[in-house]
Amino acid sequence: MTSQPSGTYVGMPAFPTAAKEALDNHQQRKNLHHATHTIRDKRARVVGEVADWEALRVAGAAIKDEVLTHLEDYLVQLEESLTRAGATVHWARDAAEANRIVTALVQAKGTDEVVKVKSMATQEIELNEALEAAGIHAWETDLAELIVQLGHDRPSHILVPAIHRNRAEIKEIFTHEMGKVGQPAPDGLAAEPAALAEAARVHLREKFLRAKVAISGANFAVAETGTLCVVESEGNGRMCLTLPETLISVVGIEKVLPRMTDLEVFLQLLPRSSTGERMNPYTSMWTGVTPGDGPQEVHVVLLDNGRTSVLEDEVGRQALRCIRCSACLNVCPVYERVGGHAYGSVYPGPIGAVLNPQLRGTTSAIDKSLPYASSLCGACFDACPVRIEIPELLVHLRTRVVDEKRSHRLPSGEELAMKGAAWLFSDAKRWEKAHKGAELGGRVLGKKGTLGRIPGLGAWSDARDAPTPPAETFRTWWQRERGTEK
Amino acid sequence: MTAREEILGRVSAALSDVPRSAPGATSIPREYAEVAVVDDLVALFVERVEDYRAIVERVRPEELPAAVAAALGDSTRVVVPPGLDPSLLAAATGVDIITDDGSLTAAELDRVDAVVTAAAVGIAVTGTIVLDHAPDQGRRALSLVPDRHVCIVRTDQLVGDVPEGVAKVASAAAGGRPLTWISGPSATSDIELERVEGVHGPRRLHVLLVG
Repeated sequence: MTSQPSGTYVGMPAFPTAAKEALDNHQQRKNLHHATHTIRDKRARVVGEVADWEALRVAGAAIKDEVLTHLEDYLVQLEESLTRAGATVHWARDAAEANRIVTALVQAKGTDEVVKVKSMATQEIELNEALEAAGIHAWETDLAELIVQLGHDRPSHILVPAIHRNRAEIKEIFTHEMGKVGQPAPDGLAAEPAALAEAARVHLREKFLRAKVAISGANFAVAETGTLCVVESEGNGRMCLTLPETLISVVGIEKVLPRMTDLEVFLQLLPRSSTGERMNPYTSMWTGVTPGDGPQEVHVVLLDNGRTSVLEDEVGRQALRCIRCSACLNVCPVYERVGGHAYGSVYPGPIGAVLNPQLRGTTSAIDKSLPYASSLCGACFDACPVRIEIPELLVHLRTRVVDEKRSHRLPSGEELAMKGAAWLFSDAKRWEKAHKGAELGGRVLGKKGTLGRIPGLGAWSDARDAPTPPAETFRTWWQRERGTEK
Repeated sequence: MTAREEILGRVSAALSDVPRSAPGATSIPREYAEVAVVDDLVALFVERVEDYRAIVERVRPEELPAAVAAALGDSTRVVVPPGLDPSLLAAATGVDIITDDGSLTAAELDRVDAVVTAAAVGIAVTGTIVLDHAPDQGRRALSLVPDRHVCIVRTDQLVGDVPEGVAKVASAAAGGRPLTWISGPSATSDIELERVEGVHGPRRLHVLLVG
């Protein structure tokens, strides 16, 4: 089995450090290459079928921008609609408050377990850990989340959190871990997706049938009606949303949509971008409490946890359009090679590189380094169904990180190097002399082609190869060939 | 200050650069097709549902009871929603038919082999069936827990693409009814992105397209 990262993100190293370790994990790189290329091709096929795809992207971005620029109005409207439909609305400033609210609601039902629908918001606030600390078992029911949970692992992808695991590893995890928390895996479990899915079905069914409380997120929350929407594949979502008596949904405040009609855009954009299907197998929508059908006690926790800080930034706020499809991860050359763990968050990949430093601030080593975790190739923007300008945002955040560094008293090596370069570039004679020096260096280094680590410039050259200087510079060549021309 | 006041205050402060305007006043560019151009709705719907490896059969109305009986296969216990026309099960002899009165628990439903329901809408482009859980479709648990779902869709319920589908069911949701959108049997691609049909929801989806 591959390495076992711990279940938390506290004290994550900077991206280049974590990336280096991930790049050495050959099994993971193989798994990721296979998975990202498979999903990339599927997405391209089903997006190619839609003649008005670009118009849908434009509409999706515009609807989200309308929501974000009128968020106060839509949140109040959503609260009214939910309350009218029989749901109870709670507000949570941060992760700790959301966790306290949910824990208290579960405790009030007198149960020590909950079933969970895959939810990025609850991952973000580390709800499972908070519930566990209160003696409540939170059973993840999405297959990939189950693999992560049973493997004492961390998610590495938004849609397929166990994308870094292959079938043989999953078989090992199921065989060793399922029995410790319920129905064990069958003897002689085969390392085949169908057999592994069957084992998960059997393992989880008893939990679905007995659970009194379910916890979900929501892909969309319609202000006009109070309708919440969960998009899924396996039916674990339907089980959680339908069978228990009590349903608690933790919903980020940016998930609001104005009208039911707006779903016509997002139910086209999301499945095709996400799983590369024309439509995902199951989408559930519920509006508060329906007498005689499903949970009779419905709670919605509206979560800020840094979202209003993202909203504050005129350029950065477009990151809140994100519908968590993960298309940007699947097309990213950096993500494909380093995987999700190096990003130090439940939001990895390009969107994570712009969302985390905004949600959490740029104080930690990891959050300072994330805006640089990109080659700015732009594939993420092309794939984004809501047209988030991720490369532009990355540059914007790099500026923020640099500006914050500048306020420190001592100039950094990078600043000194840039000052030196400015001095050199600002005078033709100096520049010419530098060229002579470079030619000398080029002749000494010969045909090596590239320079690796340069002593004294480690911070820059550790992750970048520089070309060796040429034996003859352009200026010298020009002088020799055309020196007489005026 | 309550969390509600504080969050709404933060939102309003964060948007100080945005000129105030009424929500909904901005017009959303909707250049996409709100009505899909489809030559043959029935053929496309059948093709797209089959693509998910569900079974789709076209039947004439008078053949429906026999088709329902055949679709139930070797099921011995079948649950039906209270509003489903009982004559549809006339040919299902030797089968224990339970009409849901709302009292069956999830565990009891787990011992039922199949469910027969109607539907609200069929969407051709995506091969999707939408249930609005009207009396002929029943509460959500019925079409979820049993392993086989026989779903009757009328050809006059078919629409082209998602926007027309949403338009048909939006008022049901606004009225407080849940919606379930079904595109093929339950499936997962969580292991190496390889699609496997049949996880927690019904592993067999059998669509009878009538008309």
